[in-house]
Amino acid sequence: MSEHLYKYLRPEAFPTPFCAGCGHGILMNAILRAVDELQLDFNKIVFVSGIGCGAWIPSPHFAADTLHTLHGRPIAYATGVKLFNPDLKVIVISGDGDLAAIGGNHLIHAARRNIELTVICANNSIYGMTGGQVSPTTPKYAKTMTTAKGNPEEPFDLCKLTVACGARYVSRYTVYHIKPLINSIKKAMTTKGFAFVDVVSPCPTQFGRRNKQPTLYEMFNDLKARAIRYETAKGLKKDELTGKIIIGEFNE
Amino acid sequence: MPKLINKSLLPPKKYFMQGNIACAEGALAAGCRYYAGYPITPSSETMEHLSNRLPEVNGVFIQMEDEIGSICSMIGASWAGAKAMTATSGPGFSLMLEGLGYAVMTETPCVIINVQRTGPATGQATRPGQGDIMQARWGAHGDYRIIGISPWSVQEMYDLTIESFNLAEVYRVPVILLADEVVGHLKESFIIKPEIEIFNRDSSMSDKPFGTVQDDGVPPMPIFGQGAKLLVTGSTHNEFGIRKVADPVVQDMLVKRLCAKIDNHKDKICKTESYLVDDADYLFISFGISARSSYAVIKQLRNEGIKAGLLRLKTIWPFADEIIKSAAQNCKVVFVPEMNRGQLVLEVQRVLCNKQVISIPKTQGEAIYPSEIYNESKKYIK
Repeated sequence: MSEHLYKYLRPEAFPTPFCAGCGHGILMNAILRAVDELQLDFNKIVFVSGIGCGAWIPSPHFAADTLHTLHGRPIAYATGVKLFNPDLKVIVISGDGDLAAIGGNHLIHAARRNIELTVICANNSIYGMTGGQVSPTTPKYAKTMTTAKGNPEEPFDLCKLTVACGARYVSRYTVYHIKPLINSIKKAMTTKGFAFVDVVSPCPTQFGRRNKQPTLYEMFNDLKARAIRYETAKGLKKDELTGKIIIGEFNE
Repeated sequence: MPKLINKSLLPPKKYFMQGNIACAEGALAAGCRYYAGYPITPSSETMEHLSNRLPEVNGVFIQMEDEIGSICSMIGASWAGAKAMTATSGPGFSLMLEGLGYAVMTETPCVIINVQRTGPATGQATRPGQGDIMQARWGAHGDYRIIGISPWSVQEMYDLTIESFNLAEVYRVPVILLADEVVGHLKESFIIKPEIEIFNRDSSMSDKPFGTVQDDGVPPMPIFGQGAKLLVTGSTHNEFGIRKVADPVVQDMLVKRLCAKIDNHKDKICKTESYLVDDADYLFISFGISARSSYAVIKQLRNEGIKAGLLRLKTIWPFADEIIKSAAQNCKVVFVPEMNRGQLVLEVQRVLCNKQVISIPKTQGEAIYPSEIYNESKKYIK
């Protein structure tokens, strides 16, 4: 991380708890770069997170007000903070299990209400902190601790979901696509309404090593190979898109 | 803690109102400016009333997607500086318990109104019960203390809602107003006084928002946006808010203080009312609408020349051990009428282990009648 971003961090929070090869450090960097480039007042931002690896990105790393909440509920907490004090910028950072499984109801209703929240999903397609169980965004056939023979279920497309619910700004990038990711987070943070950024982030420890991608190197190559631009994807049939990660901005 | 005197919002006079609406007005008078809730019988009138009244006082009202969202958004608003409240009944209260534990752990002032109905599960939505008092005390996981208060009239739906906010702010703890369907839907006249006592939390800037020098202290609570760089977490944390998820000393200190800040201030928190207790041979201990029926019984017994008295618990949690001990000192038999299978009686028996303590339970989904209490107690009155 570049030295000019150190001012946003709590020194006592380091060394970081993230595993070797975890993508969440890159996402942390991208979020802070977006804050820095937008010159946002860090004292007027509240970072809200739930439970899981993604939730540890802001809490305890960020030297701002942080609210580390119950599993699945950060959007509900954020709703209270934002409604009572609209002058605060409220940014939710949490994982796919937190936001899409246990917290799915809060996600769709906050999108429907179009409350001015920035929700960043640190989507590693797995329950990392609890030991690698299948999540709602785990790709079909992937092996996890609870799907030893391969995941039989289709993953959730959280971008299509939040667009359908009425979110003002929706995008998806991977931590490999760092420049467009930072730009997208900046757009989300300046959206006057509900903004959702789905960030696909590799987890070699709990996901990769059970799916023939034991290090970040293989996982990054996989992200690169599977990523397809939203505009390109529009012209393709459903079966041509199987296993692809559609990246870009979802609502025009 | 500085006491403030606020002017009443409504013009001071006599009003005729439903309990649930008096509760909403009490909240506004106490300074409540955030309400999040989910519809549930028999508490919805509070929410409906606040949906109109809160915007009039620059407050925020939101109907959330469920009770979990309601309590969580209320906790978020409290950290943004609001005096916040939600109202519900049994099934919703069950959902709120995870948020209740979080509010205890993060020492978030907030008020939860539970207008009790019968249970378990959906039970009878429009019928009164008092079966949630143990749930309010023990329902969330882990060790903790909360404050639980019980009103017996429309006047107290107003007064004790204000009291609930004051206690929440002073002790940084969720306060549960354990009303019941009868009191919630009761319509009677009550008085709004010109001035009310208000306590507000100490929101001064502090680098230790989760710890005090005293073992039973209440730390100051800075709010979001002040530049305090708050670390609020439901995980075990030290005085700065930094997570300590494997430190035995920090865990022990935190839980002990969360309990001690309530236990050691019992004498200030616990409020009871005594009726003809001093010379009583037969003591009734009750709360809420059951206490009102008990009151009729002691008057009837006195007319018959039997020395009966009533100790009414306005504060159920923390439990008023000392007050109960001294009230029951000279009596022969203690009766505990309540609308459940006998919950409060367990606590009374714990405190009065050498006395004869008789449970008078009722679970028919209707108020306990004076005649029922009278007939049952007569079996023991010689």
